[in-house]
This record gives sequence, C-alpha cells and structure tokens, in this order.
Amino acid sequence: MANPTHPAEPVDGFDFYVAEDEHHEPGTMLGFWMYLMSDSLIFGILFAVYAVLGANYAAGPAPSDLFEIEKILLATAFLLLSSITYGFAVITMQEGKQKAMMLWLIVTGVFGLGFLAMEVMEFMHLAHLGAVPGVSAFLSSFWFLVGTHGLHVASGVVWLVVLLIQVQKHGLTPANKRRILCLSLFWHFLDLIWIGVFSFVYLTGVLL
Amino acid sequence: MADVTNAVAGHSAEITNQVHWFWGKLSWDIFPFYDPLILGTFIVTILLGVSVVGFVTYKRLWGYLWTEWFTSVDHKKIGIMYMILATVMLIRGFSDAILMRIHQALASAGILEFLPAYHYDQVFTAHGVIMIFFVAMPFITGFMNYIMPLQIGARDVAFPFLNNFSFWLTFSGVVLIMLSLFVGEFAATGWLAFPPLSGLEFSPGVGVDYYLWSLNIAGIGTTLSGINLIVTIVKMRAPGMTWMKMPIFTWSTLVTNVLIVASFPVLTATLALLTADRYLGTHFFTNDSGGNAMMYINLIWIWGHPEVYILILPVFGIFSEIVPTFTRKRLFGYTSMVYALCVITILSYLVWLHHFFTMGAGADVNSFFGITTMIISIPTGAKLFNWLFTMYKGRIHFELPMMWVIAFMITFTIGGMTGVLLAVPPADYVLHNSLFLVAHFHNVIIGGVIFGIFAGINYWWPKAFGFYLDTFWGKVSFYGWVGGFWVAFMPLYILGLMGVTRRLSQFEDTSYAPLFAIAAVGVFMIALGVVAFVVQIAVSIKNREALACGNDPWEGRTLEWSTTSPPPYYNFALTPRVYALDAWQHMKENGAKAPTSGFVPIHMPKPTASGLVISGFMTVMGFAMIWHIWWLAALGFIASVAWGIAHTFNYDRDYHVPLDEVTAIETGRPVAVLAE
Repeated sequence: MANPTHPAEPVDGFDFYVAEDEHHEPGTMLGFWMYLMSDSLIFGILFAVYAVLGANYAAGPAPSDLFEIEKILLATAFLLLSSITYGFAVITMQEGKQKAMMLWLIVTGVFGLGFLAMEVMEFMHLAHLGAVPGVSAFLSSFWFLVGTHGLHVASGVVWLVVLLIQVQKHGLTPANKRRILCLSLFWHFLDLIWIGVFSFVYLTGVLL
Repeated sequence: MADVTNAVAGHSAEITNQVHWFWGKLSWDIFPFYDPLILGTFIVTILLGVSVVGFVTYKRLWGYLWTEWFTSVDHKKIGIMYMILATVMLIRGFSDAILMRIHQALASAGILEFLPAYHYDQVFTAHGVIMIFFVAMPFITGFMNYIMPLQIGARDVAFPFLNNFSFWLTFSGVVLIMLSLFVGEFAATGWLAFPPLSGLEFSPGVGVDYYLWSLNIAGIGTTLSGINLIVTIVKMRAPGMTWMKMPIFTWSTLVTNVLIVASFPVLTATLALLTADRYLGTHFFTNDSGGNAMMYINLIWIWGHPEVYILILPVFGIFSEIVPTFTRKRLFGYTSMVYALCVITILSYLVWLHHFFTMGAGADVNSFFGITTMIISIPTGAKLFNWLFTMYKGRIHFELPMMWVIAFMITFTIGGMTGVLLAVPPADYVLHNSLFLVAHFHNVIIGGVIFGIFAGINYWWPKAFGFYLDTFWGKVSFYGWVGGFWVAFMPLYILGLMGVTRRLSQFEDTSYAPLFAIAAVGVFMIALGVVAFVVQIAVSIKNREALACGNDPWEGRTLEWSTTSPPPYYNFALTPRVYALDAWQHMKENGAKAPTSGFVPIHMPKPTASGLVISGFMTVMGFAMIWHIWWLAALGFIASVAWGIAHTFNYDRDYHVPLDEVTAIETGRPVAVLAE
C-alpha cells in the first residue's frame, strides 16, 4: 500500500478496497464472439427456412435447372483463399510488419470482391432466366440465404477498407489490432457459413 | 356501424395504392382524424408536447439535457432514461387497455358505437406490442442497466457507447409506434402479426409496416444491449466476486441477457422475412407459391417464449434481493436459486409449441411440449419456496417493496397454476385463444413483471436519488393495482370458460355483459393505481428534503448500498474487494471503513452523440420505408452507416477523472454509513 495512512487498510485480515485504479482487459473480443453467435442464429433461421421451403418450387425452376456448380466452385475457392490470406495478414500483424499486413489485407479484399462479383453475376443470370424471389418459396429462401451472406461479405469488404485507412493513419495500435482481429473472426465466420451454403444449398441442389 | 367499418377499411385500402416518387404513400388522407377519439388524443398530445418543449426551453434545459443525459454513456443515467421511457409508454399502453375494457363492456351490452371494429383491432394490437416491447422491456433493461454494474462493483458497462446507442434504438422504435397513432394507422393483426393476415394480401396498409420497422429497429438495440451486459458481468466483476458470490439479481441479469442474445436474432430474422414478403414479393409466409404461414408461427414463438422469461427472470432477481433485505436474513437456498434460473433459461427454449397446440402438430409433439411446459413449474416453484423459507422466522418489515413481493407471490402462484392448466393439450383445445388465456398471461405479467417493477422502483429509488418514495401514495398505487388486477381479470377467467374468445369487438349475447362490466370497474381501479404512482413520484420529488435518506436506508446486503445515494458518476472511488456472498453485509459485519483518502485518478468513458444521431437516421429510414419513400430511406441508411463509420475514426474515447475532482466529490458529501 503506497499510502501508510490509507483508511482502506486490511481490517481483520480483509482488505476491502483495491488501492490502484482497477483495469479490466477490454471485453471487445468476447463481445464480438457473442455478436457472431447471434448472427449465426440469424443464419440458422435462414437455413431452417430453406430446409422447410427449399422443395416448394411452385411449378417454377428447381435447383438442378439453375445452379452452375463450376462457377460456384470458383467463387467458393475465392472465399476460402481470402480466409487464408487473412490468416497471413494476422500473422504479419503479430510480427509487427504493418506494410506486409496491409498488403495481405488488400489481397483478401480483392478475393472478397471476386467472390461478390461472381455472386452478382449469378444473381443476374438467375434474374435473366426469370428465377427471381417472387416465383416460388424455394427461390425466396434461396435468394434470401445467399443474399444475406453476400451482404455480410460486402459489409466485410467495406469494413476492410475502413480498417486499411485507420491502420495507415494510426499504425498498429492496440485498438487497431483488436479491430483487425474482430474482422478476422467475422471473415472466417462468413467462410464457415459459406461452406454450409455450398454443401447444403448448392451441392445437395445439384446432386439430389 | 358496418358502414363506418367499411368506410375505414376502404379508406385504408385507397391510400395504399398510390405511390408518388417523392412523397411515397404520404398524402393528406393519411391522418385518421375522421375518428373524433384520435383527433382528441392528437390535440391533447400536441398540447402536452408543446408544453413540455416550452417548459424545457423556458428553463433553458436543452443544453443540460443534451450534455448530461442524451449523450451520456453513464449506465445509471441510461437506466433512468429507460425507466422514464417505460413509464410514459405505460400510460399510453394503459390508455389502450381502458379503451378496450370500455368497448367490450358496452359492446357486450349491445351498445356498439364506441369503437369501429378496425380501430378496435389496432388498439388491442398496439396495447400488446407497447406493453411488451416498450413498457416491460425498457423497465427491466433500465433495472439491469442501473443496478447490475453497481452490484458487481464496476464503474460502467463494458461498452458504454453501445449502451447509449441501444437506448436510442429503443427510443427510435417508440417514435415510430407513436407516429402510427396519428400518421396513417397501426397493425390490426394482434401483437405477433401472424401471416397470412399480416401479409400484403390481407393487410395492404402501412399498419403492419409500422409494426415491422418499429420492432426491428428496437430489437437490434435489445440484442446489442444483451451482448453488452453479458460481457460486463463476465469481465468486470470486482476482484473476489466469483460466480457463486454474485448477487442473485446479477445472476438473473446474466441469464436474461443470455436469453436475449439467443432469441432476439430469431425475432429479427423472422420479421425480416415477413418484411421481405411485404416489400419484395417473396413467398415465405404467403398462401400461394409454396409459402408456409405456420412456419412464421413456429419461428415467432421460438423467440416469443424465451421473451416471457426475459421479462420475468429479472423480476425474480428483484424479489430475491428484496426478500432477504426486508426479513434481515440471507436468501434461503441461494445455490438452488441460481440453478433454478439456469434451468428455466434452458427449458424456456423447449416449450414454444404450447402457444399453438391447436395448429395440428399431432398428439406426440403436443404431449412433449405439454410435459416440458409443466416441468418449468418445478424450478419456478422452488424459487417461491425459497422466498417463503427466507421469510420464515425472519423479522419481516412491511415496507412498500415487501408489500409488492407478497402481492406478487400470491398473484403469480395463481397465474402459474392456470398456466399449468393451459399446458395440458386437451384442455388447451377448449381454452386456446379464449379470455381464459388472456386472463392467464395478464395474471403472470401484471402479477409478476409489473408488481416486480414497482417493488424494484420502491426499493432502489432511494439509492438512485437519495430520498424515499412517498409511502401514502405508494400504498394507494399498491391497492389500486393489486385490487384492480383481481377485479379486472377474474371475470375474464370465467368469461373464457364460458367460451368468449379474445379480441372480440362485437357480441350477440348480452349475458356476458355483467362480467365485462365488473372487468371495466377493475380497469378503473388499476387506473387509480397508475395515477397514484405518478402522483407518488411527483409528491416525493416535491418533499425530497423531508424524505431524504442515508446511503443504506434498507440495511441492504449487496454492493450497490456501499456507495453514496445517489452514487457518484464513477460509482466507486476505490473498487471494493469481495470476500463473501452479500459482500456489503460482510463488509459491515467486519467493520470496513469507507475510504477518505488514497484516491487515484479514475478511468472513465467520454460522452458521445453518435448513438442518438445514428438512431435518428435509422428512424428516418424506418419512416421512409413504411411510406415507400425510397430515396429518403436510402439517404437515411447511407447516413446512419456513414456516421457509424465516422464514429470509429474517433479514438479519443476515454479520460481520467483528475485526483482533485475525485477527492472533492468523496470528501464533500456524506460517505457511506458503515456498521457501528
């Protein structure tokens, strides 16, 4: 105890007050994990809705009429690769190499944009075929599940750009590192969701 | 009468079909002032609004409100703002209740002119939505915000800005739902807006859109607040406060927020799907093209059942704090209380189907959910016995909070028993959607949640403001509410058994009239309770000098009573160290002395206007979406995202309270009264 006349000195062996200002490690990562859990519930609902409605074609097209699995595979590859490059970004961040990290983040963003471009092309193709959400419950749930994932990726890309600017401005400060780790969690989470979409929607759609 | 209804319905259909590129669906016809009741309410609201704004301007309080309240990230101020919001909305929601009881009393006696059917349908929908989302939820969120950080010895919540943002998102939902009273219409679908009734085909007006945007915006706020409070409890407890030394209210806050985070996303997703059906022409819940309306019923109740536990668990926590304090004993069966809370949390996810036994899932499914529902009464019963055993041989002080507790224990037990009756599927086939059900859930929500809220307000008011609440008006409010509840709702049980279904606006049989008349008398007794509550607060503020109290007026047991009343904005000059459950009681017993020197600079978050501004943009976006003003909706969305991003560029979010200021505050005011 720094101050000998400190009134909060131990009484009967109990030291009732903390002498220093109490510091808590920031709960940001825990909070972000919890946000991801809540987001995965939203996707859980969308998957469940697809499971219930996915076969209600209402005399409209079925998955095998629509899905071009090779292109989807390429888009999937883009997204999986972007997860790896994000991993490299985090490794270089922990080594304190700001330039290299930003480079890897840019590569990640380009892969993300590639994925989004493929998705937009797919949606345009579907719209061209007349397979729009209003046709059947199957198409409603398909567009909504894939579209919600796409919106998440798009907001991830926006976030990535914002972070690049912030790292450029302030360097690898603890706050920025925390943000990069949060986006990392978000990015891998979207990858995981996409693996679900790819296997549950596209693969079963063309195989079954 | 029928003409009026058709005219109103036709009116509503007429205004939906024209969408102007600039004004959307807005036109001069949208104001429902053909109804004298709404016109009168509108005039009174405008007068009230103008006088409040005028008063604040006259007293030059805008600057004070802006810097000290609206932009504050102090969990205590945000908690109080939640409570004020809930109180105002309680009056709104209760006005709807009075309208309904008058209408049914008259209509059952053959007098049908009071409310047109279409208006009556909006009233019962608004009543349910407001009472659950904008009265009960803000009240319990207010308590959790204010009390929990104090109980765990923290300075604020984990994410102070997010806390402020959550409040303003809730406020945004309130603004939209209040607007619907005067601009357009509200949903006429019942409080959960079941499709296909709530779909575009059968509800073409803007009412359901008001419902959807109001709840979705407020719901996001609730989810964020849930995450925030969980992280606060997990990460920011005072040193020494292990899980089983946590105050029971903090435990109930923890499990409640786990429920919030695990159920509100379901609500968000479900409402988003209904929104898509209405705006994008999708077929999730439509009758045609493969949609499935029954899926909505399932999804909404997967959120809806945990929601009722989100409301009741925190008040179980409140009761568990009050009973030991006013019996001068420690809580009987603390450990079993904690386990009961956790078990209820898990079980609340396994019962949702009991809300629609009659939908036809079959005998096997129904019996599974009937049994899980009955199982929930076991941990709940354990809690009641724990409170009883705490009181047993205790020195019971019949102060106002304790009176509310006893009223709760009796009322809630009856409500719980009628709930177990409804959990029996064959019985439910008779009672489903009858007034028996309405009486049951009011029995548990009023007798549980509302009584708990009043118990909590009377208990913690002296902590928050440094003076007691007036006892006389508190007792008037108590007898009004408790007596009124029994008079208003027992007739509904009987009417339900006689076969009256809920939400009826017209009756062919006048033999129901006497019971409806008794229920109407009851609602006016409750009105006395509501008015007396407002009077109680006003009188107490007026007599605050005479009612002044010490820091620990009830001889409390938990840490919130160890700081001053009201607490300084940093809560604790020095963080307390915890050695036992009932930490403050332990400190008093061991002669702890409040620190008078040895202070250090305190690390605190800075206020910010971002939460208010972003929520403002989101309100504009919601309003524009409701009225199909696409350009304005896009602007609102872009503005809120842009402001959110801009907010992340501000790294200067905290500061240290200088030592001088801490010392001045700590020595310039009465310090905590400690055990003699």
